[in-house]
Amino acid sequence: MLDIRDLSAGVDGKEILKGLSLSIKAGEVHALMGPNGSGKSTLAGVLAGRSEYVVTGGGVTFNGADLLEMKPEERARAGVFLAFQYPVEIPGVNSTYFLKAALNECRKARHEEELDAVEFLALVKSKTKLLELDPALLNRPVNEGFSGGEKKRNEIFQMAVLEPKLAILDETDSGLDIDALRIVAGGVNKLRRPDNAALVITHYQRLLNYIVPDFVHVLVNGRIVKSGGKELALELEKRGYDWILEGVAASGKA
Amino acid sequence: MQTHTDKPPQTTANVELLAAALGAFDSAPAGANPPWLKSIREQARARASQLGFPNTRQEEWRFTNMAPLLQLPLHAAAANGRGLSARDIAPFRLFADGPCLVFVDGMFRKDLSALPGNGGALKIGGLRDQLAANPRELETDLARHAACDGNFFTALNTAFFQDGAFIYVPADATAEEPVQLLFLASSGRPGATAHPRNLILAGKRSGLKVVESYASLTDAAHVTNAVTELVLGAEARVEHCRLQNENGRAFHVSTVQAVQAGGSHWISHSIATGARIARNQVQTLLTAEGAEAVLNGLFLGRDEQLIDHHTVVDHAGPRCESHEFFHGILSGRSHGVFNGKIFVRQDAQKTNAKQTNRNLVLSDSASIDTKPQLEIFADDVKCTHGATVGQLDQEALFYLRARGIGADQARRMLIRAFASDVVERITMAPARERLEELLAGRFDGAAI
Repeated sequence: MLDIRDLSAGVDGKEILKGLSLSIKAGEVHALMGPNGSGKSTLAGVLAGRSEYVVTGGGVTFNGADLLEMKPEERARAGVFLAFQYPVEIPGVNSTYFLKAALNECRKARHEEELDAVEFLALVKSKTKLLELDPALLNRPVNEGFSGGEKKRNEIFQMAVLEPKLAILDETDSGLDIDALRIVAGGVNKLRRPDNAALVITHYQRLLNYIVPDFVHVLVNGRIVKSGGKELALELEKRGYDWILEGVAASGKA
Repeated sequence: MQTHTDKPPQTTANVELLAAALGAFDSAPAGANPPWLKSIREQARARASQLGFPNTRQEEWRFTNMAPLLQLPLHAAAANGRGLSARDIAPFRLFADGPCLVFVDGMFRKDLSALPGNGGALKIGGLRDQLAANPRELETDLARHAACDGNFFTALNTAFFQDGAFIYVPADATAEEPVQLLFLASSGRPGATAHPRNLILAGKRSGLKVVESYASLTDAAHVTNAVTELVLGAEARVEHCRLQNENGRAFHVSTVQAVQAGGSHWISHSIATGARIARNQVQTLLTAEGAEAVLNGLFLGRDEQLIDHHTVVDHAGPRCESHEFFHGILSGRSHGVFNGKIFVRQDAQKTNAKQTNRNLVLSDSASIDTKPQLEIFADDVKCTHGATVGQLDQEALFYLRARGIGADQARRMLIRAFASDVVERITMAPARERLEELLAGRFDGAAI
């Protein structure tokens, strides 16, 4: 589904990703872990199409198409979803209006019929239950006045409505208490299907107690330096990142 | 703004020229021009001559060069549009129901208006008719509140107005439906000038909602110089929405002056989307304890439009509140001006005054001049002001696009949201909904 090959990218002339490769197939959940500043959020930004990042080498294909050639909205319509680390408050833009417009753009791209207001509200109702989200929040402007936890739940709620093929969760666990974490993770788990995939970016292992990954990758200094199964996350939890950093330094010297 | 091109020595001559061209009222029937009014008019005319046509060396007109107005072949708008029917008017009404007074080229057209049935509390009609029938009812208020001292155009209106709306709500009465005042310019000849004059009297504890809208039936460069005076009795509640949507060649100058007694509550909305050059004064005098004024505004400039708002909130009584909330959206080579004066007089202790002007500048060639002006003579007051000038929020734009919404649509959503922030403050639902539609239509166009 997603094929990242030897990707290099940076911002303001500073290279952050330095030849990153990663393949994700349908039905898989990958966790990307790494210390602060290793390039995790840069990867999420590059995949979603943030214009401030400049790709300097390598490439990304998504279901065979050149992802980097696509505008952010084209990526979303093709089925790439980024759950923001810091969801944006948009005063004056009603949540329901926004999400209906977004869904219908995605449906148009999939050659599906647009939903009318009644159909859309029925869909929304079923999905708010999934995330235990107060439906009243959807009468408000996008994210405006939402608590930190509500914002993150709203991201996963949007994901549930838009049904992307690939979900990229950028530090979705940051700032969440344990109850909110469980709700968010529960939502993600219920959305897992054989025909979709997820890339879960996180600094801490605790999210992975709830969203159990098929693969865990460790990103250090813009490169994936270690990959393994879910047990790798547990090892990182126990031993921290230092032993990997030492290993990287040693192999660099060798 | 370019430097001015007007030449001061000509301005006195201009006034006389304007006076000769526009002084049609001299031939009005004597009954419509009682002696007290005649003397006010003479003073106003003298004052206009003294002040001279504004130029950009005057602080009040620094950013707004009115000189292009003088290049028009100015003449008093004749009562045209005789052939107009209610059907021609319908598209310009903001909503279908309720009383609606229609004015064509400044003159009241009873045949096109919808007046409330008898038995209601409201007294509503043409000012000229009222002057002829019952001038004494007007004597204490008409042309007594909008000061001619510092404003050439207000003086000109006072000297030459012929007609306008008169609304009176007696004490303890509440008008059930919002009243529409619709001003249409019908002349096909450039330079046709109208000076509509409105007087709105709200008695003690009364309630009234009014929408005043200005539009053009042709694309000729006409001139509107309107003055509205509102007098709010103690604890009266008045909402006043003004929509200026004239054609892109028109010149529009207006003054709205409210005078508020203790405990009264005035909400003003000034929505300006039309005209080549528009200058709006929105002013209120808070005379006694506990009065509250809310001044909302939205101006949309595109192409070469210049839209200027000057507001004056004069806190004369103690424990009064004022909230000003103006948004500007400027594209093309348009120019916006916002000047907000707040006076807090010595006796106005415990004043709470707040002013905000936010501007969205959507092109490199568009510009805004914004200036707060606070003069405070009391010591126990709370006054805050803030102005921002910016582009669309890039992070919000990316968020919308990252959910599949195209760049153009995302831009329009954010611009509309910025405008709605003002429009949603209008409590008259039909007017608000119609305005949202008008704005959506404008934002869907190529240029905002």
